[in-house]
Amino acid sequence: MAMIRTEIRPDGIAVVTLDHPAKPVNTLSPALLEEFLESAAPLLEDERVRAIVLASAKKETFIAGADLEVLDGMSSAEEAEALSRQGNALLSRVASSRTPVVAAVHGAALGGGLEVALACHYILASDDPATVFAQAEVLVGLNPAGGGSQRLIERVGLIAGLPLLLTGRRVRARRALQIGLVDAITTPGGIVDTAARAAAMLADGRLQRRRRRRTLLDRVASTPPGRALVVRAARQQLARRTRGLYPAPPAILDCVETGLKHGIQAGLDRESEHFGRLAMSDESRALRWLFFAMKALSRPVTAAPSRPVTRLAVLGGGLMGSGIASVSLGVCPVVVRDISDDALAATARAVDSGLRKQVRSGAIRRIEHDRRFSRLNLTQEMDAVEGADLVVEAVFEDLELKRQLLVETEERVAAEAVLASNTSALPISAIAAGAKHPERVLGMHYFSPVPKMPLLEIIVTEQTAPWAAATAHAFGTAQGKTCITVKDRPGFYTTRILSPYLNEAVVLLQEGAGVLAVDDAMKDFGYPVGPLALIDEVGIDVGAHVAAELGRAFAARGLEGTDVLPRMLEAGLKGRKSGRGFYRYPEAGRRGRKRVNREVRTFLQAGPHRSMTEAEIQDRLVLLMVNEAAHCLGEGIVSSPRDGDVAAVLGLGFPPFRGGPFHHVDAIGAGTVVDRMKELADRHGRRFDPAPLLLELAVSGGRLRSG
Amino acid sequence: MVVDGCRTPFCRSGTAFRDLGTYDLGRAAVAGLLHRTRIDPHVVDLLVMGTVIADPHTSNLGREVVLGSGLANSCPAHTVTVACVSSLQSALDCVRAIATGAAEVAIAAGAETLSDAPIRYRRSIRRRLIAAQRAKGLGGYLRLLAGLRLSDLLPEPLALAEFSTGEVMGENGERLAKRLGITREAQDAYAARSHYRAAEATANGLLTRQIVPMFAAPSFAPMRTDNGIRGDTGPEKLAALRPAFDRRFGTLTAGNSSYLTDGASAVLLASEKAAQNLGLEPLATVRSSSVAGLDPLEELLLGPAVTIPRALEAAGVGLADVGVVELHEAFAAQVLAVLGLLEDETFCRERLGLAEPMEPIETGRLNAWGGSLAVGHPFGATGGRLIATCCDRMRHENARFGLVAACASGAIGIAMVLERA
Repeated sequence: MAMIRTEIRPDGIAVVTLDHPAKPVNTLSPALLEEFLESAAPLLEDERVRAIVLASAKKETFIAGADLEVLDGMSSAEEAEALSRQGNALLSRVASSRTPVVAAVHGAALGGGLEVALACHYILASDDPATVFAQAEVLVGLNPAGGGSQRLIERVGLIAGLPLLLTGRRVRARRALQIGLVDAITTPGGIVDTAARAAAMLADGRLQRRRRRRTLLDRVASTPPGRALVVRAARQQLARRTRGLYPAPPAILDCVETGLKHGIQAGLDRESEHFGRLAMSDESRALRWLFFAMKALSRPVTAAPSRPVTRLAVLGGGLMGSGIASVSLGVCPVVVRDISDDALAATARAVDSGLRKQVRSGAIRRIEHDRRFSRLNLTQEMDAVEGADLVVEAVFEDLELKRQLLVETEERVAAEAVLASNTSALPISAIAAGAKHPERVLGMHYFSPVPKMPLLEIIVTEQTAPWAAATAHAFGTAQGKTCITVKDRPGFYTTRILSPYLNEAVVLLQEGAGVLAVDDAMKDFGYPVGPLALIDEVGIDVGAHVAAELGRAFAARGLEGTDVLPRMLEAGLKGRKSGRGFYRYPEAGRRGRKRVNREVRTFLQAGPHRSMTEAEIQDRLVLLMVNEAAHCLGEGIVSSPRDGDVAAVLGLGFPPFRGGPFHHVDAIGAGTVVDRMKELADRHGRRFDPAPLLLELAVSGGRLRSG
Repeated sequence: MVVDGCRTPFCRSGTAFRDLGTYDLGRAAVAGLLHRTRIDPHVVDLLVMGTVIADPHTSNLGREVVLGSGLANSCPAHTVTVACVSSLQSALDCVRAIATGAAEVAIAAGAETLSDAPIRYRRSIRRRLIAAQRAKGLGGYLRLLAGLRLSDLLPEPLALAEFSTGEVMGENGERLAKRLGITREAQDAYAARSHYRAAEATANGLLTRQIVPMFAAPSFAPMRTDNGIRGDTGPEKLAALRPAFDRRFGTLTAGNSSYLTDGASAVLLASEKAAQNLGLEPLATVRSSSVAGLDPLEELLLGPAVTIPRALEAAGVGLADVGVVELHEAFAAQVLAVLGLLEDETFCRERLGLAEPMEPIETGRLNAWGGSLAVGHPFGATGGRLIATCCDRMRHENARFGLVAACASGAIGIAMVLERA
């Protein structure tokens, strides 16, 4: 089935249209490469053709990147390297062809898709929120292997280009024009014809590629010494940020440097070499797997019908409530109810500020900001929840308050409205006790800050009906979240596996480890934030409360929380929100970094300072998290290793390049995990007893995850 | 049928809403209406916006408000300007569209801000600026400066006076008060009562239903009440004020005249069938209406005196049967003038062609929850407030008929008879 259509117009302009017959987007694959060589590449030498336009027939995609499944099917670095060389050869043919080629980009041009555009002589982009550019390979542990590291820098310079290559961040059309990534922008309608006009003008010599305005910094950076400085600075920054854990960014930098020093072909060759290696790396495999898992989770997980949500009510206008409202205003009208005017005003401010940021970045137009803000109804009246199809309660962690609100809500909404609590630790069944229609009560546990954190943990009780869970899942997906569904047990899933991990960090302090040593060790393992800094962020009050609850629930396994947190709380140390916790935070409005809070020593009754190896620290903390995850899987709280891995990565910062706790167990081997845990149990206590599931696996030699 | 009506709080110009434009105020009122009625925005198929002072950004404010408030792109909108009765005209446009089947569900909105105004260059500057677009070369531009005087650079004074007579409205109010012998004391007493009633109504929560809380940039602190009501204003306080329009012999003061206000209103109207299909519970039907033009010099503020009898006759309802009267208070003198003339035999016979004068409108029926003098008068929005208040009062006082009337610059008057649904 043809994926490419070609047409030579009477005026000598050839139009090559990519249109995958079965998928909603275009992706690059060996099959596409072959077809391109056969049907489109000959146009480059065809005498009838004055110029070529390359376009996509898809509604909101130009080319979404390479087909990653192809990589998963490869078994050697050589295979992947060969694919990159083939692609580079073809794109080099395009770039060096005498026939001008114009890329008409409407929609997303990501990864390889951007590289295809970059190989063209002129890039015309549509000024539309759907049009977005990103050299996104780094996000799945790969390097651009189609000339991106060479041609992107050539177009936009080192200063603008390196961040795009190393972070994979997205650029919209207007900004792309500003930095020189594209040559011109136009309206989406009729873009192929506009591109044909540009192509004709290029062929006649009446149009040139746009020279970008080069700032002084740009000019300095393009001299050899300036270049060396910039690359060195980038390398240092990279090392600091990734702590050497991600192999892709340094490889990308190497490709850039090689190309600048030894010419584009050397750079392209280096791309292919690195690509082969990275494609086979564990890190890239784990990241690619996560990418697919997130996509799979965005589809409905059950056959149960979901009810459409045309009106959302949020109870509680605090940080969580306003965040939930923010991500929902693009979906439906939202009522936020709070008893405090200050909270309502803060919600209005937060929503407005979030919308204005989206306007500035070009994600939405100004009129859409006005529309979405108009959809927000801020009120103190409980009656305003009438007519809501979904009510999310996001008030304090107080069981009585939540129950009371549930009663008041039930009096005002239809029996088919879904009632969700954003609680992070209170049992949903306790909140739902006394509900007239418990089958529609569930938990929707968002993570802070809600607009940024991609995970939504949906918690169902024995009584929750499938349609209610399906409705929550569909709405969470519409909000842009990745949803996993877990059972209603203490701590659900994320809080439950996080708790022993955080608790152990405090235990280590009591044994004499330093705050920075513990946090740095975990960051060196790949967590973005250290456990003690995380406790400060979440709040020592919240942490103490959760630790107490879960400690009670799992005391039999030796998981009582330490008493350090309650004592710190008593002394007024709440973490970031009170300016002091395990760290001291600079006052609001002042700049500066956090520093270790020496006061913490007084709560520890610690012995003399004992230095522990990073490995020891990492083992004790990670294995507790992994073990708890295994308990959850064994008890059916989380329904699959895939769900458990995605939730830990997206919600708790488990290092993504390690794939998640279950992927990690498979990587090390259940046997090794069990042995190590038994050692730790002998030395430090029952809490390290391996979970039954791990013991089984150690014996059977099986894996948790297939793939 | 009038389904529901609401408004933003009304604020003295230059205070809480001074950073907002009519677009923001109008959007807030319409969004508030959509929230409280919970209708699907897509069912609204017409919006008419009444506004007086032109918004510098757009000439069809109604359409921009449609686009910015969550109504469907497919909802057409136009903007009407009839001075103080603009949103009554909006309502009539909606009623007629529904009656002819051009629309099933419509919103009659009104918005005004006096905290900002389009301040224009003088004609000599405007002429040069427009010519500058065609100027060629430095010489061309320099030639445009020829004949320019320094005084030309001053902004054009704002047009607050009647175009036809050159009189500011307050001056015409003086003319009326003197002609009809309306005393200072009567005016002050009336104004004080309006403030007192508005304050009581606010305190008793009677106005809460019609007000949509505003969360406005930049502070987003909620505004829930009108901020111009002075409940403690007694006749003695008012007596101390100096006349504003005739310094030596006048009786109209800032205290017994309406003040510059910012605010917006929105009223939802629907055909009976649409109301039924959507499960809405209308508040009232519009039984009749009357629009009249009068003499701009001697009758500028007397619109209601002509339109009230006509509307009542068209409805087949006697004034005695009307339980609720909401009359716009541009000036206390104007209200008293209208009331007096309606009871005056000569006026009724010679001007209205009536055999007998109208029955008196007792103070109990008239503006029981305060009026424009106290609550404020954002020109374009007042009509919507009168309709909303009338409907709320009819329900509260269990009245079958209500009467809404207002006068406007340009010597126009509109009156409507509403019947409780």
